[in-house]
Amino acid sequence: MSATADGMHIPAAHGHDHGHDDGSKTLLGFWIYLMSDCLIFSALFATFAVLANATAGGPTGRELFELPYVLGETALLLVSSFTFGLAMLNMHAGRRQRVMAWLVATFVLGAGFIGMEVHEFAHLIHEGAGPDRSAFLSAYFTLVGTHGLHVTAGLLWLVVMMDQVRRRGLNDDTRRRLSCLSLFWHFLDIVWICVFTFVYLRGAI
Amino acid sequence: MFGKLTLSAIPFDQPIIMGTLLMVMLGGAALLGFVTYQRKWAYLWSEWFTTVDHKKIGIMYIIMALVMLLRGFADAIMMRTQQAMASADAAGYLPPHHFDQVFTAHGDIMIFFMAMPFITGLMNLVVPLQIGARDVAYPFLNSLSFWLTAGGVVLIMASLFIGDFAATGWLAYPPLSELKYSPTVGVDYYIWSLQLSGLGTTLSGINFIVTILKMRAPGMTLMKMPVFTWTALVTNILIVAAFPVLTVALALLGADRYLGMHFFTNDAGGNAMMYVNLIWIWGHPEVYILILPCFGAYSEIIATFSGKPLFGYKSMVYATAAIGVLSFLVWLHHFFTMGSGASVNAFFGIMTMIISVPTGVKLFNWLFTMYRGRVRFTVPVLWTIGFMVTFVIGGVTGVLMAVPGADFVLHNSLFLIAHFHNTIIGGVVFGCLAAMNYWFPKAFGFKLAERWGKASFWCWLVGFYVAFMPLYILGLKGMTRRMNHYANPDWQPYLIVALIGAVIILFGIFFTVLQLYVSVRDRVTLRDPSGDPWGGRTLEWSTSSPAPFYNFAVLPQVRQLDQFWTDKQDGVAYMRPNRYEDIHMPRNTGVGVFMGLFGVVLGFALVWHIWWMAALGLAGMVGSFLVRVYDRDIDYWVPAAEVERIERARLAPLQKVGLVKVALPADDEQKAA
Amino acid sequence: MAASNHVSHDHGHEDAHGSLKSYVVGFGLSVLLTLASFGTVMSGVVPHHLMMPGIVLFAVAQLLVQLVFFLHMGTSPGKRGNLTIMLFTMLILAIVVVGSLWVLHNMNANMMHPTFPQVPTE
Repeated sequence: MSATADGMHIPAAHGHDHGHDDGSKTLLGFWIYLMSDCLIFSALFATFAVLANATAGGPTGRELFELPYVLGETALLLVSSFTFGLAMLNMHAGRRQRVMAWLVATFVLGAGFIGMEVHEFAHLIHEGAGPDRSAFLSAYFTLVGTHGLHVTAGLLWLVVMMDQVRRRGLNDDTRRRLSCLSLFWHFLDIVWICVFTFVYLRGAI
Repeated sequence: MFGKLTLSAIPFDQPIIMGTLLMVMLGGAALLGFVTYQRKWAYLWSEWFTTVDHKKIGIMYIIMALVMLLRGFADAIMMRTQQAMASADAAGYLPPHHFDQVFTAHGDIMIFFMAMPFITGLMNLVVPLQIGARDVAYPFLNSLSFWLTAGGVVLIMASLFIGDFAATGWLAYPPLSELKYSPTVGVDYYIWSLQLSGLGTTLSGINFIVTILKMRAPGMTLMKMPVFTWTALVTNILIVAAFPVLTVALALLGADRYLGMHFFTNDAGGNAMMYVNLIWIWGHPEVYILILPCFGAYSEIIATFSGKPLFGYKSMVYATAAIGVLSFLVWLHHFFTMGSGASVNAFFGIMTMIISVPTGVKLFNWLFTMYRGRVRFTVPVLWTIGFMVTFVIGGVTGVLMAVPGADFVLHNSLFLIAHFHNTIIGGVVFGCLAAMNYWFPKAFGFKLAERWGKASFWCWLVGFYVAFMPLYILGLKGMTRRMNHYANPDWQPYLIVALIGAVIILFGIFFTVLQLYVSVRDRVTLRDPSGDPWGGRTLEWSTSSPAPFYNFAVLPQVRQLDQFWTDKQDGVAYMRPNRYEDIHMPRNTGVGVFMGLFGVVLGFALVWHIWWMAALGLAGMVGSFLVRVYDRDIDYWVPAAEVERIERARLAPLQKVGLVKVALPADDEQKAA
Repeated sequence: MAASNHVSHDHGHEDAHGSLKSYVVGFGLSVLLTLASFGTVMSGVVPHHLMMPGIVLFAVAQLLVQLVFFLHMGTSPGKRGNLTIMLFTMLILAIVVVGSLWVLHNMNANMMHPTFPQVPTE
């Protein structure tokens, strides 16, 4: 693999300083990025909480939200988090074919989640409960939609990674990138826990 | 096809703008012609635009900041002129709509496109050198951050000539900034230029946190880190924590304007106060993001030129960290008057008073560092002393306004304007110029001319007081900010004095430009052959000036604070190892330039509702990034022989004066350790 | 770089990457807690005033489960950095959310925002 060529070149004393493909550095930076993303969501949640009662005579969450449907979305995302975990376990074991299989499974589940969300939004807009109806609905669409955009970006990233693993196999680059994507994907599931709790369930109480 | 964009978007009827446009076009054509004539395009592209070298990126940031300082100052002196004229029956020369754009652009440019690039540039230039690293953690990301920020600059400058800029004040409070009350593209320019540069800032924040946490020289523990690096670390943590909130606030305003949502509108349940709340959750940390690196620069300067270790290093570090956390707990003092009630106001008032304590600690540390030191009154020291006096006055007026009752009288008056210019000019601008004078030799290999530097300092200092002390008085007399015209003729004399102050500052800026010109002209006599022109204490002075692209041929070993100073005392500062090693370096890339370019396309298209072009811009950004993702040729090795050649050339003159201690006999021993 | 990476992969200890067991346990607990959350609101057996505390409790529990079992957060020396960064983020997050709610609640009450029909108590 490409790594060995580099590896031979490294003088022993320089073993671990100042490489530009050091995985631990990238993972730390990605973690910090996730934290800043987390603060984006925190500001959106704060806005949603402030505007949750500002329905302006329009429909409320209790009238709009269908919890069984949300439970279905939740199930897809949770299972996809698990399948990504299985992909990572196989990555560490170096089993490329299984990594690909679990990534495909994750993609299908994630795409299913996005499909359900798009359908839900379309339904709401069709009912006259679009984001321009009230401040509450603006906040709802923006918060849930931002999460959805993140998942969509994750799907695009998954496609790129499946292609790279197929072409290049499990080398240092693809391993490092899959590790970052895994953090991203699990992080999105964690955000979803807050979404179904504070948006859907709380709205339905 | 072109959305809202028509030829009428260019304000042909505005002689001031058209004159400016003409000058910009002539100047731009001259510059482009000069570069073409000198056949420097290939050089610029391969050595500068595509560079991933943190020093060059830092220099580009600072050049951009200086250019934007000129633009922002042009806005300032236009406002001062208008207010000096527009009393009672006189209307002045700027119509209200234009005046409103001028003060909005002045604030945004000075904060986002002057101060931020300047401190980011300084951190780029200095931090890796101070921690003994060869580059930042993610060199490509660094280039990308710069080009995204540059994209923001292009957008905000475009707003001057195509369409208009926001006329809302620099934070674009709704409901005024909503589509209903600001139907033109001004606020959209505001949103997208800030989002673009904000993305760049966040990415560079992440980059520097990882650089400082992961790439310090062997032995440099956190408490052996130079103070400037400490302040840079805290500033970048604040950037990563605060900028997401700005992103959200602007995105929600954009959602209102583009998608008809109701976050901050008057109708349908919107709540404009939430915008004010969010923007200041970012806004207050932002002022500390700007000032902390300047505090760090002052600390380095005052220790170096006093010939003493910094007094109270640990307290400096703790004060910096304390300011970092507290800066997230004071945001409401920007809107005491907006009706949160006594308990909320009391809490934030008290927190605001508390945050002045660590700043006070720092001030005493600087004073005690100078105490019984042999202070050399060079240009950076003059700026530092000017800062200490000026910033204290700004701090005191700030604590005064931290009392909610007093704030109800002074809110949005010129007293407030005087206060924050007192801290931002006296703190950030002085700090940036001090740092520029201090680190210039490290970037270019020659010092800046003292004489014009001193002239610039005295003009800035005197000009500042003449320009802003009258504003304190006017604020107490009841004059509010952002007035295009006033009926009270008693105010006019003060405003004329303020204009005179602005003109004195203009001379200060002129002398800075002159200083740069004279220094480049006399660069041979001003040369810094040793790499250590000031008798420095920290690692950046241990390498040559300008630093080689790999920074350090041999990574420094650190055992204590101010290691380089100790090494000089022990006579081991300039050691030549008997063997050099290959150095691993990142390769230049143009992807950052293209992503910035497509970012401008995206932003411009969104401003004018040209949807096909927006899709093109976004696809271009993602596509360029994918090109990078699939690129495997991203680094290379500098052969040891090449390193040796560069180092020999550098050490030869030092060896003549007996500074170099020749080969390192303990080299093998050291390697074993 | 590359070389040292390989070393760390070979020595990759269980808790750094998780194991099949930890993923299965984490997944199982997450399923249970999700069902508990939805059940609290949908089943109709939980008294109304206990619903909100209930779902918050289950959400926090599931956050912790996923952080530990999926994101492998922990207190071992190699992970303390990430944990510290996360705790600092939680502090800022709490300031942003709680602060905004507090400030806006008071402001709405005092300024009689339309969403706030009731008389301020202060």
